[in-house]
Amino acid sequence: MTQAQVQETANAPALLEEPGIRKWQDYFSFNTDHKVIGIQYLVTTFIFYCIGGVMADLVRTELRTPEVDFVTPEVYNSLFTLHATIMIFLWIVPAGAGFANFLIPLMIGAKDMAFPRLNAVAFWMIPPAGLLLIASLVVGDAPDAGWTSYPPLSLVTGQVGEGIWIMSVLLLGTSSILGAINFLVTLLKMRIPGMGVHQMPLFCWAMFATSALTLVSTPVLAAGLILLAFDLLAGTTFFNPTGGGDPVVYQHMFWFYSHPAVYIMILPFFGAISEIIPVHSRKPIFGYKAIAYSSLAISFLGLIVWAHHMFTSGIPGWLRMFFMITTMIIAVPTGIKIFSWLATMWGGKIRLNSAMLFAIGFVGTFVIGGISGVMLAAVPFDIHVHDTYFVVAHLHYVLFGGSVLGIYAAIYHWFPKMTGRMVNEFWGKVHFALTIVGLNMTFLPMHKLGLMGMNRRIAQYDPKFTFLNEICTYGAYILAVSTFPFIINAIWSWLYGEKAGNNPWRALTLEWMTTSPPAIENFDQTPVLATGPYDYGLENSNEDVPLSDPNPLLSGGPNSVLRAEPDPAVAANPEDRK
Amino acid sequence: MKIPSSIWTLLIGIVLTLASLWYGQNHGLLPAAATDEAVLVDNLFNAMMVISTGIFLLVEGVLIYSAFKYRRRAGDNEDGPPVEGNVPLEILWTAIPAIIVIGISVYSFDVYNEIGGFDPHAIHQAPMNQESMAMPGSAMAATLNDTPPSTEPNLNQEKSDEAMQDPATAEVRNADQIPQLRNAPGVGSVAPTIGGTPDKAGKPAGLQVNVTGLQYAWIFTYPETGITTGEMHVPIGREVEINMTANDVIHAFWVPEFRLKQDAIPGRQSEIRFTPKKAGDYTLICAELCGPYHGAMRATVVVEPEEAFDKWVQEQLVASKETLNQAVAVNPANLSPNEFLAPYTKDMGIQPEILHQVHK
Ligand code: HEM
Ligand SMILES: [Cu+2]
Ligand SMILES: [Cu+2]
Repeated sequence: MTQAQVQETANAPALLEEPGIRKWQDYFSFNTDHKVIGIQYLVTTFIFYCIGGVMADLVRTELRTPEVDFVTPEVYNSLFTLHATIMIFLWIVPAGAGFANFLIPLMIGAKDMAFPRLNAVAFWMIPPAGLLLIASLVVGDAPDAGWTSYPPLSLVTGQVGEGIWIMSVLLLGTSSILGAINFLVTLLKMRIPGMGVHQMPLFCWAMFATSALTLVSTPVLAAGLILLAFDLLAGTTFFNPTGGGDPVVYQHMFWFYSHPAVYIMILPFFGAISEIIPVHSRKPIFGYKAIAYSSLAISFLGLIVWAHHMFTSGIPGWLRMFFMITTMIIAVPTGIKIFSWLATMWGGKIRLNSAMLFAIGFVGTFVIGGISGVMLAAVPFDIHVHDTYFVVAHLHYVLFGGSVLGIYAAIYHWFPKMTGRMVNEFWGKVHFALTIVGLNMTFLPMHKLGLMGMNRRIAQYDPKFTFLNEICTYGAYILAVSTFPFIINAIWSWLYGEKAGNNPWRALTLEWMTTSPPAIENFDQTPVLATGPYDYGLENSNEDVPLSDPNPLLSGGPNSVLRAEPDPAVAANPEDRK
Repeated sequence: MKIPSSIWTLLIGIVLTLASLWYGQNHGLLPAAATDEAVLVDNLFNAMMVISTGIFLLVEGVLIYSAFKYRRRAGDNEDGPPVEGNVPLEILWTAIPAIIVIGISVYSFDVYNEIGGFDPHAIHQAPMNQESMAMPGSAMAATLNDTPPSTEPNLNQEKSDEAMQDPATAEVRNADQIPQLRNAPGVGSVAPTIGGTPDKAGKPAGLQVNVTGLQYAWIFTYPETGITTGEMHVPIGREVEINMTANDVIHAFWVPEFRLKQDAIPGRQSEIRFTPKKAGDYTLICAELCGPYHGAMRATVVVEPEEAFDKWVQEQLVASKETLNQAVAVNPANLSPNEFLAPYTKDMGIQPEILHQVHK
């Protein structure tokens, strides 16, 4: 191929007939193609997100007034229990797995995951688990002991609902363990020959850290839940004080998973953001190794901070200090990431498209959640605000600001790769603006509410908090509205959007070196690395990067060409195309 | 004239520092501080607010500035400069957060100690703790496993036995038949505690109050006088020790103005000590989800001068004797929870309808 031809395929809108085309039925079947599975994950979890979001708005509607007047207190408790369970176990955790499924094999040049069938099994556990959970609402005995499900309360509320909750979470946990095994093996064994760990894109590093954490912590949750099920259904008393059991032991087991779970929810999107910011800033990621290793550090430290959720329950005085210090320290690797992203943007040529806006929103919002997190680690202060709206504010800044904005950024960024088409930028920006306004309006006032004395998980509250609660509620409605431009845009663009070409962002990671959407087995030939993943702005970096293949078919290939003068016929930046 | 960037940096730094210092002192985010301990916690919070505001302004400022300053102009397809890292800078921004969090930890540690987190007395009395000193690593195991019965006197057990004997609470506790945890490890090692402040540690507190949480009410008994009420009264300036447990599910004792919170766990005794300092009526809130009516589980805490408190005690002694006689005369097991709770809930602000719904 001549230089010009390579450029044509790499940069021009796809001329081929929709290369990766699949039948729509594939998405409803036990398909083992990692890209199909990735999209199955993403669409399914997004549907659950909408359901969880409706529940959030019902919760907020109840909280608009201080009295219990919209739903009964029992239903209220079921609503926030299901809201939280769905958001965590059916949206954010599996959405991360969705991106990992789609991206990991492409990013490391593999044809598929290491265990394609296991991969499909992992996905197909999610819909039944989710339906089971939602069915409990219809049965009329929904779980209502909170997503933490602390005994003895969870043992004295409805047995059916609680049983369903345990079953469903166990299924979801199993699914994420299977997914994690697959990611680990794929990352370790299936990289193309020239790719050492330090040539791996940062998303892969992040998924490596996430999967390791999942494998260590999830079984402990499963064990806790199984014991809880025995207490609930078979009358044992592991956690039931009436028979000498200890409810605090459950808390240890629960949080041993559920604290790491927040890193399982956030690390993949730390990874995604580390991909998005350099591409759209046209600069190498600042401090590649620092970011990569900080993911590992977070995943290790994440395992030894769980008892910060129990500062006011049953742990000894000195142990509180231990967990305070470990929790504080986790802020350091997190800070490294944030500063590195800022430094990557600094002096760049930032394309402010929807993906990048959401990435900026992610950084800006996550910082607030991170700061309040450090405050919460300080034991004397946590004793005041634990179980109040301050915590609700903190966790939503982290989970909404961190994970959800990260998911949106990633969707906008990889949409052209997944569908072969561009999203509509205007509606993407409308989506962004509404989300940011809604998010801060909903969750910022909650900090003050908690500090002043509003405890969480209550349907009725002191009338002096009415005003702030109204603001939160209207913010929540704005958030609900904000998803409509996104949903319509995504569907419309998928069907009729402008053709994207293989590499509309002129990115350097391998997933952009194949067609959009990628063909069934991803690459025609085994790709060869010509540059590092983030070598933007370098003149002759392909000379520094050793070529592993002695007779490389694509070497000197797409990457280096992409940095050549853009073809005047095809605008290099999608924004300039019109 | 062009102002050099170092001057700009300096100016911005000064403005940032002043803004943070000001906001950290004037955020108005906390309710009144009604105990000696609350003042210490507030100072810690204010210090963290200063630092947080500074970091917040810095990071958001840089973020928004670079998003505007470095945005791509139409038609510009160049890449940015290939800056891959800068070791001194990275060391700096690893070191600064590390120093900040260590600083906050040390300060928190100090406050925690001041409010009685490390009650040396409690540690001294805990048999488990001494063993764990001798055998590193076993302390964690002790909190998680069944520990072999210790020959040392078990303070937790003694305390709970004592509480079970207390006539004022006995019938409430026995009504639900929740025994205390057998062989619970010692108080100092596991039972959640905020003990006496260092100057008062080891000495008995000036006033003892036993608190029992049950769905959805708080019951207070004063072991020294035998008073049982649904409203807690404490005198200003006298150290109060709260011993709490729960009858059914986990509840949590929280008075926002006291900056204190502690779970009341069935089968365990937990303890907190504090010194009220500001008169007023405060609300005791249950902070741990305990069922559908969790939000209604409140009680009033009255902090009042010593004389007013004594007067209240005298009044209660008369009233409480009557309640007690009633309670002893009838076997609570024969009463419906509604009837049984009626005398206690009357003055708790819990409507009979709610109780009725709850115990249907
Ligand atoms: C659509 C925007 C959202 C709104 C308006 C919203 C609202 C709320 C509210 C008001 C609560 C407190 C319920 C209570 O304490 O009574 C809550 C709890 C919670 N939310 Fe959300 N939420 C939203 C999105 C999310 C997302 C995206 C997540 C992601 C993981 C999430 C996770 C949680 C969790 C874990 C809890 C704790 C529940 C508990 O205390 O048991 N929420 N949410
Ligand atoms: Cu946590
Ligand atoms: Cu309660």
